[in-house]
Amino acid sequence: MSTKANGDGMERHTLTVLVDNEAGVLARVVGLFSGRGYNIESLTVAEVDAAARTSRITIVTSGTPQVIEQIEAQLRRLVPTHAVTNWSAAKAGIEREMALIKVAGTGEKRVEALRMADAFRARPVDTTHSSFVFEITGAPSKIDSFIELMRPLGLVDVSRTGVAAISRGPEAM
Amino acid sequence: MDKDETLNTTRAAQTIDMAAGETMTGAQMVIRALKDQGVTHIFGYPGGAVLPIYDALFKVEGIEHVLVRHEQGAVHAAEGYARSTGKPGVVLVTSGPGATNAVTGLTDALMDSIPLVVLTGQVPTHLIGTDGFQECDTVGITRPCTKHNWLVKHVGDLSRVLHEAFEIATKGRPGPVVVDIPKDIQFQSGAYHGPQAIHHRTYRPKTDPDAGAIAAAVEMMAAAQRPVFYTGGGLINSGPEASKLLRELVDLTGFPITSTLMGLGAFPASRPEWLGMLGMHGTWEANHAMHDCDLMICLGARFDDRVTGRVNAFSPGSKKIHLDIDMAQINKIVRVDLPIVADAAKALREMVRVWKAKKHKPQDISAWWRQIEQWRSRKSLAFKNSDVLIKPQYAIDRLYELTRHRDDVYVTTEVGQHQMWAAQRFKFEQPGRWMTSGGLGTMGYGLPAAVGVQVAHPDALVIDIAGEASVQMTMQEMSTAIQYNLPIKIFILNNEYMGMVRQWQEILHGGRYSHSYSEALPDFVKMAEAFGCVGLRAEKPAELDDKINEMIAVRRPVLFDVRVDPAENCYPMIPSGSPHNEMLLSPDDGGEISDAGKMLV
Repeated sequence: MSTKANGDGMERHTLTVLVDNEAGVLARVVGLFSGRGYNIESLTVAEVDAAARTSRITIVTSGTPQVIEQIEAQLRRLVPTHAVTNWSAAKAGIEREMALIKVAGTGEKRVEALRMADAFRARPVDTTHSSFVFEITGAPSKIDSFIELMRPLGLVDVSRTGVAAISRGPEAM
Repeated sequence: MDKDETLNTTRAAQTIDMAAGETMTGAQMVIRALKDQGVTHIFGYPGGAVLPIYDALFKVEGIEHVLVRHEQGAVHAAEGYARSTGKPGVVLVTSGPGATNAVTGLTDALMDSIPLVVLTGQVPTHLIGTDGFQECDTVGITRPCTKHNWLVKHVGDLSRVLHEAFEIATKGRPGPVVVDIPKDIQFQSGAYHGPQAIHHRTYRPKTDPDAGAIAAAVEMMAAAQRPVFYTGGGLINSGPEASKLLRELVDLTGFPITSTLMGLGAFPASRPEWLGMLGMHGTWEANHAMHDCDLMICLGARFDDRVTGRVNAFSPGSKKIHLDIDMAQINKIVRVDLPIVADAAKALREMVRVWKAKKHKPQDISAWWRQIEQWRSRKSLAFKNSDVLIKPQYAIDRLYELTRHRDDVYVTTEVGQHQMWAAQRFKFEQPGRWMTSGGLGTMGYGLPAAVGVQVAHPDALVIDIAGEASVQMTMQEMSTAIQYNLPIKIFILNNEYMGMVRQWQEILHGGRYSHSYSEALPDFVKMAEAFGCVGLRAEKPAELDDKINEMIAVRRPVLFDVRVDPAENCYPMIPSGSPHNEMLLSPDDGGEISDAGKMLV
């Protein structure tokens, strides 16, 4: 579940927006967030159906329940929007993020990094005598933990995709 | 991380495959699309990047082009045209400064839900992104101040986009749209498709009310002891039918009714159920009724901060019904008990039908009415008149009295004290007769808006109630009025101050009138004459009536410099950060404004 209550009544929600893939549509969505003072914690976007010309945007955001309701309504109101789903409220969704994580080092630290990666099911996709690049997939919290563990072992660089989400069961979003 | 690259798939591949239409140039398509959309008037200003469209316009009949003096004026004129006719206003301007000058008007129209189709020229496609002469990122700049916008990169898309533009500007909650057309697209030839071939892929605004919500609303209304209708601009936008149905609903229920600035005229101000405008400068009875009601029926309004005052003290004891065509307005500011997302006329028709079908009788609300009459007896709009100085309230009262027998009066305003006095005192009986900048509060709106109204209603009496500061912002449009023989009346309440700024400085900033004095004013009478208009001036209350009659009688544009008491302030007033039941009625009320209130605008 992605609904997480913090202090101040703030909640984190994952929203998926299916939009017509027209020029500027991403700027429209992102501009809505910046213009109205909403947060974007992560953003993932790609075309998902070339024939239907649709793109899928997944946004992790946080706000009070009233703000989250506003964000949903404002997204639905955009002209190129086909559909909006809030994975936290109505529908159970699966959320995954992928990250590429570079760790440099030698000796015991290098061995320890590889051992940890194995425990996290992160796999090396680039290897040199003094570095690894690990590919890891999972919930954002799992990736956070892995990054923290890599930090003392020679963490050099992190690239994260942001969250992608899809519903459980046979239905579409 | 810019992902626009991935999203910028070319439109060439996306062009809807339709039966081949007539072949013509992009510029001809623009004119043809306007004709097919029933456009008879456009407001514009030529420039390099729209010359092909102006060339096509030169050869066409049936579309009258009104040449403004500044693109901001074109957009406000189109707003006045749209607001007074119910048709979309159409604007044609060039690239770069033509487009950026239109931005204030676009934002104004977005805030007040005015349907506009604004066509902008753009540098040719191969120069886009090269910092070309008179290039700007028009769709980027106007994205947050339009309901939607398009950059047309292929002539094959042009007719579809133009028809979609009209559809989106007018359907659902109305608003402004921009179509940016590069110059090479205007020259290229392609197939034209008419409006009937267009069906938008995604835009499906919900306009039919939910039957369950209507039934629930009617039950709540039938049970209410202290109800009030709180109505807004949505009733005007929905069309005249919504106003008729509103009258019927008030007849059936006998409920009191107030309105926002934008909704004035939807309900006749002469009717006893009318409480006057509510909000920061609303009447004592309207604001107290809102504060103390047990059922608030909000119809096409959006709980603007000028209306609510301090939100956590807003109508604390009431159940709230909110009808709006825009889902995003529901629960945005104030949480409501029953939302109805629908077109106002459709929802009102159902409310009336269900109320009648259920043979409802309203509760006995005579105690509520007695309370309201008690509030009304405070006469919150009263002022101390003078034999020596023209009081601005008196000037508006006389203007109203000397024009009220006519059925063809349209009023526009600028922004500030004069606007609030006009809203409080000029009594509107019909929708679409009151054009003002509500949401954005744009000084300089009223004069060009009057131009647009007069274009739509050539024989009507069109008056811009103005202030001497606001009117100087778009004064150049007097020249447009002269060119097209538009006999607009600019009724300037000249107090030599940016009056509302001065009023706030008086109340909030210890009377330090920092830069709010209108120094070095022009001689408005001479200026009128220089433009070729009629200039009038009144300095004493005794000469006002004759001069107003003279202004009305002359069939030419008039600039009337009414010299009013420079010290007068606009009351009643809810100071920022205060609730509805803490109003100031006069300067003697003093009124402490909290530090939190001072922070607000």
